[in-house]
Amino acid sequence: MWRDALLVGGKDLRIELRSRVATMQIAPYAILVLLLFGFAFDQNHTLLTQAAAGLFWLAVLLCSLLAVQRSYAIEAVDGARDGLRLSGLDPAGIFLGKAGAIAAQLVALEVLLGFGIVVIFGADLRDPGLLVLTSVVATVGLAASGTVYGMMAAGLRVRETLLPLLILPVVAPVLLGATQAWMAAFGQSGTDGWRWLGLLGSFAAIYVALGILGFSTLVEEA
Amino acid sequence: MDTVIRFRSAVALVGRFPVLAGVDFDVGPGEIVLLRGANGAGKTSLLRACAGLLRVVSGEARVLGADLIADPRAVRRRVGLLGHATGLYDDLSAADNVRFAVRASGGSLAAVAPALERLGLTGRLPATAVASLSAGQRRRVALAALAARDPELWLLDEPHAGLDAEHRDLLDALVRDAAGHGATVVLASHEHDRAEGLAGRTVTVAGGMTTATPTPLFLKASTDVA
Repeated sequence: MWRDALLVGGKDLRIELRSRVATMQIAPYAILVLLLFGFAFDQNHTLLTQAAAGLFWLAVLLCSLLAVQRSYAIEAVDGARDGLRLSGLDPAGIFLGKAGAIAAQLVALEVLLGFGIVVIFGADLRDPGLLVLTSVVATVGLAASGTVYGMMAAGLRVRETLLPLLILPVVAPVLLGATQAWMAAFGQSGTDGWRWLGLLGSFAAIYVALGILGFSTLVEEA
Repeated sequence: MDTVIRFRSAVALVGRFPVLAGVDFDVGPGEIVLLRGANGAGKTSLLRACAGLLRVVSGEARVLGADLIADPRAVRRRVGLLGHATGLYDDLSAADNVRFAVRASGGSLAAVAPALERLGLTGRLPATAVASLSAGQRRRVALAALAARDPELWLLDEPHAGLDAEHRDLLDALVRDAAGHGATVVLASHEHDRAEGLAGRTVTVAGGMTTATPTPLFLKASTDVA
C-alpha cells in the first residue's frame, strides 16, 4: 500500500511540477482571493485582522477544490483512469498517494498564504505550535475528504460543478475548527484552540479511514 | 492451465444494456486471436471484460485462471490492454509514462529502455512530454508501456490505428514476438487483411455474442484424448 501510495503521489506531484498549474494558477488564485478580501474590508483594519483566520481557511478551502478537481482531471484524459485500474495498484495506495499529493500542494499554498495574512492583514501570532498543528491536521482532513468525494464524482459528466456541492458542506467542520483554533493561536479568541484541534483530528481520521477502506469500491464504480 | 480465456454465457451490462449477451469464448496459451465485427458489436466490451474492467454479471468468466465474476481485479496486473485511449499522462514524458506503467504493475525498470527503443522512440522522444507527440507517437508510447510490462495476456483494440506502414509492421513483429515468448494475444481490428495475417484464428462478434467460434486445435486435441 505504501509503495503504491508513493508511486501515485510522486506521479501526481511530478505532473504538477511539469504542468505548473499549481504554481501558475492555483497559487495566484489564492493570493487574489486574499487581496480581494483585503479590498472588501479595507475601511476596517481591525475587522480584517480579526477575520484573518477565517479568510485564510476560506481561501485554502476554495483552493483545495481546485487541487482536487485537477487531481482527477489528469486521470480523465485519454483513459488514464482505466490505466490506473488496470495497473493493479492497491486502491488504498491510490487514495493515500492522491491525498498526499493534494496535501503537499495545500501545505505549500498555506505557507504562501500565511505570509500573505501576516503582511496584508497584519496578524499577530501567539501560539505557533497550535497554528502549525492545526494547519497539518486540517490539511489532512481537506485532502482526504476531497480525494474521497473527488473519486465519487470522477466518472460523472457533471463532475466539475458537482464537486463543490459535494465537498463544501462536508468540510464545513474543517473551516469552523481550523478558524477557531487559529483565532486562539492569534490570541483573538478565548476558546480552547486545542479542543478544536481535536475536532479536526477526528474529521481527518474518519476520512483517512474511509478512504483506505472504501476507495476500492469508489475506484470500481467511478 | 488449459485455457487463458474461458467465457461461457457471459453477460455484462453497461447501465441496463447488455453489451455482452451470453458470450462463449475460449483462447488458449500462445494464441493470437482476431475479433471481428461491426461497430457496436461488442468487441471492445469483450476485451474490457477480459481485462476485468467491465464486470461480468452472470455466466462464467475465467482469465488466466482467475474468476472475474468473483474478483475482476484479480487478473489486472497480468493483463495489458491497449484501447482506443492510450492511458498516458499528457504532462509526463514518454519515458516517465512507461516507467510509471512498469513500476505500477510491479515490473522491472530494466525493460523500459529496450521497449522504447523497440518502438522507435529514440533521440529526444523519450524525454518529450506526451502532449507534444503526434497521435501515432502516442500510440507507440502506449505500446512501449505494454511491451515493457510484458503481460501474460495482450488485449489490443484497433492497435494499428494511427500508425504508419513502418510502425504497423513493427507492431505486428512485436505481437508475434510476444506470442512466441508464450504470451496470448486477442486483438480487435477493422483492418482485416493485416490482422488476419497476424492472427491464427478469427472470432466474429455480433450483438454482444460470439458466433461460429471454431474450437481451437489445442482444445479439440484435449477433448479427443479424453
